[in-house]
Amino acid sequence: MQSINELLAAYRSMRTMRDFEERMHVEFATGGVPGFVHLYAGQEASAAGICANLTDKDVLLNTHRAHGPAIARGADIFAVAKEIYLRKGGLCRGRGGSAHLHDPRSGLWGANSGVGSGVALGCGAALAARNQKTGGIAVALVGDGAINQGVVSEALNLASIWKLPLIIAIENNGYGEATTVEYASAGKDLYTRAAAFDIPGVQVDGHDFFAVSDAIEAAAARARCGDGPSLVEVKQLRYFGHFEGDAQTYRPQQEVETCRRETDCLQLFRDVVTAGEFIGETELDSIDSEVADLINRVYAEAQSAPYPADDELMQFIYASEYQV
Amino acid sequence: MSVKTYKQAINEALVQEMRRDPAVILMGEDVAGGTGSAGQDDAWGGPMGVTRGLVGEFGSDRVLDTPISEAAYIGAAIGAAASGMRPVADLMFIDFAGVCFDQIVNQAAKYRYMYGGQDKIPLTIRTMMGAGLGISSQHSQSFYPIFSYFAGLKVVIPSGPYDAKGLLIAAIRDDDPVIFCEHKMLYEMSEEVPDESYEIPLGEANFVRSGGDVTIVAFSRMVHIASEAADELSKQGIECDIIDPRTSSPLDTESILESVEETGRLVIVDESGPRFGMASEISSIVAEEAFASLKAPIGKVTPPFVPIPAAPNLESLYIPDSRQVIAAVNKVMQS
Repeated sequence: MQSINELLAAYRSMRTMRDFEERMHVEFATGGVPGFVHLYAGQEASAAGICANLTDKDVLLNTHRAHGPAIARGADIFAVAKEIYLRKGGLCRGRGGSAHLHDPRSGLWGANSGVGSGVALGCGAALAARNQKTGGIAVALVGDGAINQGVVSEALNLASIWKLPLIIAIENNGYGEATTVEYASAGKDLYTRAAAFDIPGVQVDGHDFFAVSDAIEAAAARARCGDGPSLVEVKQLRYFGHFEGDAQTYRPQQEVETCRRETDCLQLFRDVVTAGEFIGETELDSIDSEVADLINRVYAEAQSAPYPADDELMQFIYASEYQV
Repeated sequence: MSVKTYKQAINEALVQEMRRDPAVILMGEDVAGGTGSAGQDDAWGGPMGVTRGLVGEFGSDRVLDTPISEAAYIGAAIGAAASGMRPVADLMFIDFAGVCFDQIVNQAAKYRYMYGGQDKIPLTIRTMMGAGLGISSQHSQSFYPIFSYFAGLKVVIPSGPYDAKGLLIAAIRDDDPVIFCEHKMLYEMSEEVPDESYEIPLGEANFVRSGGDVTIVAFSRMVHIASEAADELSKQGIECDIIDPRTSSPLDTESILESVEETGRLVIVDESGPRFGMASEISSIVAEEAFASLKAPIGKVTPPFVPIPAAPNLESLYIPDSRQVIAAVNKVMQS
């Protein structure tokens, strides 16, 4: 059960992710955004519901659809935007970009273009947490597309036999790039794969912050007391294409419209919290306007930031001495 | 100081580093062996017995048997390294890099650079290479130069027990991912090895032999093939420099160039393939940097461009031998 402050923080987090992405969509269309950007809009309840249950000792392993989870985990949103714009002051000094947002100081690990690898890396983070007795856990995000990578099955097995403090959160948004999960994945529900590895698996409505948070809370408790990994399938839809510029001709025409109208995670959240007596619409509206103002400042600063200095090209290849 | 095999030297390096630093952990297939069975614990210590005894001293929290899942446990080792551990992951045969290549070249090699220099990945991947056991093309390759292609990785190819111990200790203490390639035909080779721990810096070649007439650059097991050839050539009045770079990344080009500038003649002997391998790479460097010193075209002694057969006659035709080295040296001496 969340406190009022926690509820307001979760709303602010989801609103920030949404506005950040809606603005990114517009900016991309007008040609100012470099590279491939994969937007998280529609999926915010997942990152917010997960991060609401993490401490600063925990690690969240991000996917290439990285902006939302980075913001939810508490990475500096100005540095997030600068990284996407490949500017100086970006999280990764402009070397990684949209799909590689990484901020270990916030407990946010590598958005990763090697989809599925986060589950294996997460096994290592969890192993180290146990070995070093930090009390931390790892949560590996993985998309429905990446679930069919061999490394994911290998890592699920490893996590189970080693009883690692790891949560595997499958963000199932219905499409791996332009291919449906129904076509690409055998078995109706992805969470059932957990049973093969003797891992508890559940499926939750990914537009419902409370459903995600409850499932992660239970999985985190299990991980923290040494009972091993859990798998949570978060079912949702993305509002935009695989990446920006994707015409999405593979999607039914009304799919996103219906979802925005009937199961939007922000609206659902508003409906739940304002039904009680402690949080009113005006309070949420004022968060909306604060966030809108923040997003304006974030984009203005990112777009006017300089690129990294040319002499950074050869920096940080090795941590130790390397003489060619 | 006492006489130790290559295998014992590697085991000693691991034991000493694990005693010294609790962050050093070992993981891989059958690094202990027998886990979960009713029979003996520590049944194997790896297929060649290199890691025997470690689980007894350090326990199964630090010596972890893995499933046959290289992608998962190499990935996990990277994650543990990013968390402040100093893992040694055992990739049983270099050939198996095929199933975890993504983890090595796209995760480990890129982690520090792509994420803006925020992390260190102090990971050592021990692996076994080399032909000679009649176990065919999926267990006998020496494709270590592939890893030397990638900025972010270091690659070590020790040619004997003394080097193996000092280089492995340096690799474990190094803050970057290191691919440590042991040659399976060297495990029983022995020589004097100090009992105490010592480091050999990565990137410093060993001058195995000083001659002055011709430079031979040789790697791993081929250092011994080159030495056999040099003994023979000496009887004919040809004196060879032999340089063992010990690491292919970083590569001590300075030492190679220094010798070539003196001798003007170069033969490279390597068990990786004839194309895109170390022989090609060093030829290119010398052609760029010391062309004017060369008195003859560069000689390359490598296996032919073919997968590795198992039949003993075919496999020994595959592996470079001292006769080929002698022929190559004689050829470069003629111009």
